[in-house]
Amino acid sequence: MTAENLVEIDAVTFGYGRRLVLEGINMRVPRGKVVAIMGGSGCGKTTLLRLIGGQLRPTSGAVRVGGQAVHELDRDGLYALRRRMSMQFQFGALFTDMTVFDNVAFPLREHADLTEDMVRDLVLMKLEAVGLRGAHNLMPSELSGGMARRVALARAVVMDPMLVMYDEPFAGLDPIAMSVVGSLIRRLNDALGATSIVVTHDVVESLQIVDYLYFVAEGRVVGEGTPAQIRATTLPVVHQFVHGEIDGPVPFHYPAPTYDEDLGLAQARAEAAHA
Amino acid sequence: MERTTIDLWFGAFVLAGFAALLVLALKVGNLGQERAASTYRVEARFDNIGGLKVRAPVRSSGVLVGRVAEIRFDNERFQASVIIALDSRYGFPKDTSASILTSGLLGESYVGLDAGGDDKKLADGDRITLTQSAVVLERLIGQFLFSKAQEDGAK
Amino acid sequence: MLERARRSLARIGHNFIENIWRVGAMTRFFVMVLAASGTSFRRFRLVMREVYFTGVQSLIIILVSGLFIGMVLGLQGFETLQKYGAQESIGVLVALSLVRELGPVVSALLFASRAGSAITAEIGLMKATEQLTAMDMMAVSPMARVIAPRFWAGVISMPMLAAMFSAMGVFGGYLVGVVLIGVDNGAFWSQMQAAVDFRYDVMNGVIKSFVFGIAVTVIATFEGFDAPPTAEGVSGATTRTVVSSALAILALDLVLTASLLRGDH
Repeated sequence: MTAENLVEIDAVTFGYGRRLVLEGINMRVPRGKVVAIMGGSGCGKTTLLRLIGGQLRPTSGAVRVGGQAVHELDRDGLYALRRRMSMQFQFGALFTDMTVFDNVAFPLREHADLTEDMVRDLVLMKLEAVGLRGAHNLMPSELSGGMARRVALARAVVMDPMLVMYDEPFAGLDPIAMSVVGSLIRRLNDALGATSIVVTHDVVESLQIVDYLYFVAEGRVVGEGTPAQIRATTLPVVHQFVHGEIDGPVPFHYPAPTYDEDLGLAQARAEAAHA
Repeated sequence: MERTTIDLWFGAFVLAGFAALLVLALKVGNLGQERAASTYRVEARFDNIGGLKVRAPVRSSGVLVGRVAEIRFDNERFQASVIIALDSRYGFPKDTSASILTSGLLGESYVGLDAGGDDKKLADGDRITLTQSAVVLERLIGQFLFSKAQEDGAK
Repeated sequence: MLERARRSLARIGHNFIENIWRVGAMTRFFVMVLAASGTSFRRFRLVMREVYFTGVQSLIIILVSGLFIGMVLGLQGFETLQKYGAQESIGVLVALSLVRELGPVVSALLFASRAGSAITAEIGLMKATEQLTAMDMMAVSPMARVIAPRFWAGVISMPMLAAMFSAMGVFGGYLVGVVLIGVDNGAFWSQMQAAVDFRYDVMNGVIKSFVFGIAVTVIATFEGFDAPPTAEGVSGATTRTVVSSALAILALDLVLTASLLRGDH
């Protein structure tokens, strides 16, 4: 464990049953940086976040956060660790039966023994940071997708965590909301001195805000580098992803027998030849 | 402490629940009329108690004066021993007689008390000596048939 | 033909094993809920909130149904009792059937379909929208914070609702018997009081509804917690809650009636 890496993932393999999702992943997330994990849908990005958060345990390999091996912690140890990290979910996962204010206040009320005045100050401060102080009385159902994401952001940082994980923070947002959320991730990370991991498939947005990127495809890290390196890369997978090409190392077709075979043409042709 | 509407509703709900239970206990059930009164227990032995059950009413002149508290089988005398809890507001002479009766032809069994003329009153733990067993319908019919046959034979 | 028979037999076997698995999982879930109940008592307001959402919201349907059932019992009972000239026993009939059987059973069935399905849908939706995972990631146990308060709220609400149902039903029987038909008021109440025993009848009813409350809320919370995190998953779980609760209530009622009413009464 080197002091500058907050999260270290060593040769992690993980599978649901016999189907392997991750095969020998290695990653380093340095302290204070924003790191993106990119890849197509279903490549195991979210699984990686769950391994870091301790919701899943790797089949083999090691996941360490702040020097602690996450997969070896018991429940109490895990909960102690989770108080210092937070995760923002794909669609915000706001508690639908609470107001915006109560949502953001939730971790404080559960964990910190604060007076209601202090809770109020802290919550309004975080809501101010995401520009939604005026919305604190609304219910989650009254928010737009982008606003809900920002509230979730405020909730994720209300305990001043050392590590914030974002699961698809840009999914389903319009371009304006996307840049708002993107710049908030960067600003909050720097203001709090936290470390952030952003799982996304949005290349353009993440190239602007992150310090380092990992590309994951078919359960392996297929490319990594700083935004400048990635823009200049010649790696075919990364190139395909960055430029959004339809076919390439990530194939357009799901694995299948040859077209001729499926249509019975090969056999017909063979029979024709025979005759 | 901070008050919310939830507190109000919860309080109202719990109160309504207990009120309903209280109604069931006092107005619908028998709690209240009997537990309040103190009782004294006397024993009565019967050859046959018929369908008498624990908690069956004990009546004198048709008025409820107590309840059957316990029914045992006395294995020395081969008799049923019935313990009766009588309301202490009512005193009965020592030579009171007890009989097992049925309300209506098919109604429930109860114990009927007929007061005697003794000056001394029954006290807790005393025994009623004069008893009349339950009338068992089958025996009654049997007796009737028997006497009828005898009458016919005499003719 | 043989193949079809074999397949349907295999499906029956599969369903059977699936149900045994569910019973086992539910029992384990029940123990987990009990183990996670500390928070519910330390922060009783969480439970009170859920009593409001499950108990208070079920009040209207419970009270109205109780009144109707009591009135129907009064009418039907009168028809039958009249043949034996025992109209005054109408109070006994209404009160005993309500307090012993219909009160706990019908109010539990109503509770399962009103509150139980709502609990399942709510928890299933919280799971589908990752709210439970989010809570877990905030180091707050969903078992202690979401499941246990709902469980205890159900256990508290159920006997209260059953008592209100029975009381309302007796009132309905009174309306029909005394007010409508004209049975003597005094005879109505005194015969009822002579026949209904607090300990044997009323308390046994309360014990029953308490057990039903546990069964319904365990099923409802389990189905929600276990639901596949999709729209179809949640709606399927809601249906299963109502069906399994109804079966559990009736089966438990049989067992409880047999064990509680044994003996001399």
